[in-house]
Amino acid sequence: MIPPGEVPPGCTPVITVRGLRNSFGEQVVHEDLDLAVCKGEILGVVGGSGTGKSVLLRSIIGLQTPDEGEIEVLGENMVGRTEDEAKNIRRRWGILFQNGALFSTLTVAENVEVPIREYFPFIKPPLLDEIASYKIAMGGLPPDAGPKYPSELSGGMVKRAGLARALALDPELLFLDEPTSGLDPIAAAAFDQLVRGLKERLGLTVFLITHDLDTLHSVCDRIAVLADKKVIGVGTIPELLALDHPWIQEYFNGPRGRSAAASYEKGATA
Amino acid sequence: MAEVTYEDGDEGKGAIYRVAGTVNIARAATTQREIDALPDPLTIDLSDINRMDTVGAWIVYRTVRDRGAKVIGASRDEVSLLKQVGEFDVPTRVVPDEPHDFMAVLRELGAWVAETGSTLVGLLGFFGATLIGFGNVIRRPKRFRLNAVVQRFDVVGVRALGIIGLMSFLIGIVVAQQGAVQLAQFGAEVYTINLIGRITVRELGVLMTAIMVAGRSGSAFAAQIGTMKITEEIDAMRTIGVSPVEALVLPRMMAATLMMPLLAFWAMLTALFGGGIFVWLSLGIPPLTYIQRLQEVIPMTDLWIALIKAPVFGFIIALAGCFQGMLVQGNSEEVGSRTTNAVVQSIFLVIVLDAVFAVFFSSIGWK
Repeated sequence: MIPPGEVPPGCTPVITVRGLRNSFGEQVVHEDLDLAVCKGEILGVVGGSGTGKSVLLRSIIGLQTPDEGEIEVLGENMVGRTEDEAKNIRRRWGILFQNGALFSTLTVAENVEVPIREYFPFIKPPLLDEIASYKIAMGGLPPDAGPKYPSELSGGMVKRAGLARALALDPELLFLDEPTSGLDPIAAAAFDQLVRGLKERLGLTVFLITHDLDTLHSVCDRIAVLADKKVIGVGTIPELLALDHPWIQEYFNGPRGRSAAASYEKGATA
Repeated sequence: MAEVTYEDGDEGKGAIYRVAGTVNIARAATTQREIDALPDPLTIDLSDINRMDTVGAWIVYRTVRDRGAKVIGASRDEVSLLKQVGEFDVPTRVVPDEPHDFMAVLRELGAWVAETGSTLVGLLGFFGATLIGFGNVIRRPKRFRLNAVVQRFDVVGVRALGIIGLMSFLIGIVVAQQGAVQLAQFGAEVYTINLIGRITVRELGVLMTAIMVAGRSGSAFAAQIGTMKITEEIDAMRTIGVSPVEALVLPRMMAATLMMPLLAFWAMLTALFGGGIFVWLSLGIPPLTYIQRLQEVIPMTDLWIALIKAPVFGFIIALAGCFQGMLVQGNSEEVGSRTTNAVVQSIFLVIVLDAVFAVFFSSIGWK
């Protein structure tokens, strides 16, 4: 297995992080963190609570200014950009926040239209509404979800609506922050399949933060493990298990990890 | 980028829309406009494009769907993308149906009346629940939460001293200054003292304090209890066997009811002090004379009126705040709207009651 910061052969990097350092006051969250995400892959990011998965995401998308380090997304340097410069990159990615972060005063369809209106104000209403509708369908929601307000949706539907909004601008890169947390196992499995299907259909690159072992097995091409303030390894599950790190062993070989692996193998052979 | 060809010679073939480069969301508006400008029957030639996203595919798809256009020259990827977006073709609805007519106005009015009615009934019910809670505490004094009550005294009363004192001091000065200007026209500046004394003690001191307490504590009650409703803390309390009325509502009610008269008295004193400073510096009336005049012109009943009104106002403020907090359901947005309601309701009720008190006390001869 190659070190986390290095680009594997045959890979076009979409995100590269080098020497990242983040801290809040005395508490250092990341120290000398390296990571590369390849075009067209689904990279799962795992780590115990408080290892800074969300902080890493926030640094990459520019919501958190790191103390040190370089971050490059889609070939553009992200650190120290002004709002205007960052706008061009923001157009090319979509983000699903952990709790959906839907605008509560707008309907689902209007939520999906927000980014489109912002960047392409000349698209006329009938076409705009149709675009919102097929994005909502693409997110796996029934057609009658369009005119509903976020407060009328269940947890799973909020995530799907958030995904539809993340897909609004036909992004090249999709960030998902714990997309299956709070969903029942059936809804979570359906969401996993949805993400996998969208990735194959639209050729997306997906950066996926998760705790869900089933998601890791069924969806992710590679997995990055955050521990000890850095990415300690990137690779497939067998590659990671070859690393003799206690957290990795505990995580994938613990009772939950083993049952997830078993059910995945059963599914693959059946 | 688009090249439009008319095949004139060939009868019935119509226009060909030939696009080169990209058909994507960035060019969506242009592409749609160009397509709309072309006559039927239309043929779309995709052989020269190098990138198409789902929005581009959707525009091609809807042209085929709505106008029966023919697509030629699409690569395998493009055909599959067109098919895929076609799969997601669902009826378009963006906002909920809302009839905007006379009936809708009637319905809204009816809903408003019904809601106001049920709020009033709910308020009455809440008042009753509070009384029952109070009765329980009196019967079993062990359940009285002394710590919670004392803490509320601090938050509602002691910590409000600064802002209420400053506000009343300034109001005293303003009343004195405005009064002096007007009374000077009659050469009766000395009556400024009557004005300050009676208006601050009888009305302004307690009224302004009530408004400040409503804004400061009434809103806090609604927001605190409302947030606890959302985070299910209130439900947790109930399941543990703690009555939310006894633990949360009663201490706040007692604090507001008991602190209001003290704060109002403090407000009167600072207002009189502010007025006295102005009168001394501007009209040259020395402090001792000022105090002596105050004693002569303010009847004792003015103070009684204020001290009777104050706890009632405090109770109303706490009642509205806690009641609105308990009404919070669902999402965090509601905490904001309920808090606003609490403040608006309590200030409104305070002013209405103040008018009732004014009429009442006048008619029993406390003029």
